[in-house]
Amino acid sequence: MAFDTGLAVLVLGVAVWTLAAHDTFAAVIGFVTYGLLLALVWVRLAAPDVALTEAAIGSGVTGGLLLGASTRLRRAEIQAAGEKPGATLRFAAVVLCTLVSAGLAAIVLLLPEPAPTLAPQAAASMAATGLGNPVTAVLMAYRAIDTLLETVVLLLALVGIWSLAPDGVWGGFPGRRHQADSEGVLTFVAQLLVPIGILVGIYIFWVGSVAPGGEFQGATILAAMWILVMMAGLVDAPPVSRRWLRLLLIAGPAVFFAIGLAGFAIAGAFLAYPVDYAKLLIVTIEIPVTLSIAVTLALLVAGPPERAPK
Amino acid sequence: MSDATLFGLCGAVLVGLGLFGLIVHPQPLRKILAFNLVGGGVFLLFGAVARRGAAAGFRGDPVPHALIITGIVVAFAATALAIALLLRLFREAGRGTLGSDG
Repeated sequence: MAFDTGLAVLVLGVAVWTLAAHDTFAAVIGFVTYGLLLALVWVRLAAPDVALTEAAIGSGVTGGLLLGASTRLRRAEIQAAGEKPGATLRFAAVVLCTLVSAGLAAIVLLLPEPAPTLAPQAAASMAATGLGNPVTAVLMAYRAIDTLLETVVLLLALVGIWSLAPDGVWGGFPGRRHQADSEGVLTFVAQLLVPIGILVGIYIFWVGSVAPGGEFQGATILAAMWILVMMAGLVDAPPVSRRWLRLLLIAGPAVFFAIGLAGFAIAGAFLAYPVDYAKLLIVTIEIPVTLSIAVTLALLVAGPPERAPK
Repeated sequence: MSDATLFGLCGAVLVGLGLFGLIVHPQPLRKILAFNLVGGGVFLLFGAVARRGAAAGFRGDPVPHALIITGIVVAFAATALAIALLLRLFREAGRGTLGSDG
């Protein structure tokens, strides 16, 4: 209990620091710390799958994205810092936010007893999938439609980002070209860490069927490794008009959707799996989905095309 | 107080803190950061509900857990899109403020 209370106070303290920090770069560092502390909270709440996702995506990849943006927008942020709202608005904001927090706190304290739960239904559907991790069973079977739509949302976000490219560089290379420094620390880390990281990413994905882990967590680690070698300048990001890249991006949702449709014929419903082949079909979906998510996440971080295609 | 209630209350305060930052910070990137703080708070509230729903031999309800994982990934996609919009705004307008004047 003492540990949990200390952790909650620390999370709140880091959140306040993130808001109060004078410099945006410092605020982003605060945010990364906040994400890692939240991951600890998730472990304490018996949700190791969420903890992995929070640490990898919520803190890691989002942090990297924000750090890059904060250096590119440094001048704009300093410029905008002068436009602080007046005392009246600040006071109104304090009142509003206190009311929102108090309302939510009241809801937390007045939650119904006994707590409603879908765990028994999830457990029942898990038995039919041959999976040992309840969260993966929910993501891939019980609520597979959410996961299918999520992979599409990721693609839509990427389409949105690509469409922000100026006309002249349409279909070109995303982001800036990073120059490799053969003596640099980043190059060394990229060469040393990436093979291990790829192995860890594949392991986290594979073990997700029986233990905490899964396609999102594994894909994020794979994406992070690709981002690392791109940042170190060892490889350049591919032009976004490449056919193989487009195919990799849609492979996951396409296979997911195709097997979902096949469910009509072989099991009587969309995204239904016949009991004998459930695990085989789920893994068949998960492999291309993991690849597609990894490529999508890395390209979301790389940003819109900024250099014309060769 | 159970761990679910404790972290649920923590989530409630985080939502308020993030909302405050979203309103008063003039810098767009700080608004995006504050928005992500709100997201963390909302996920924690949901996590508290999941922890209370422990049943069928699980230490938490796996359905909200799966939805939170989905939420974290979608929040990242939204953040990436917001940052791309912001960078484009800065390149077009030469400034990164959201004010209507100037």
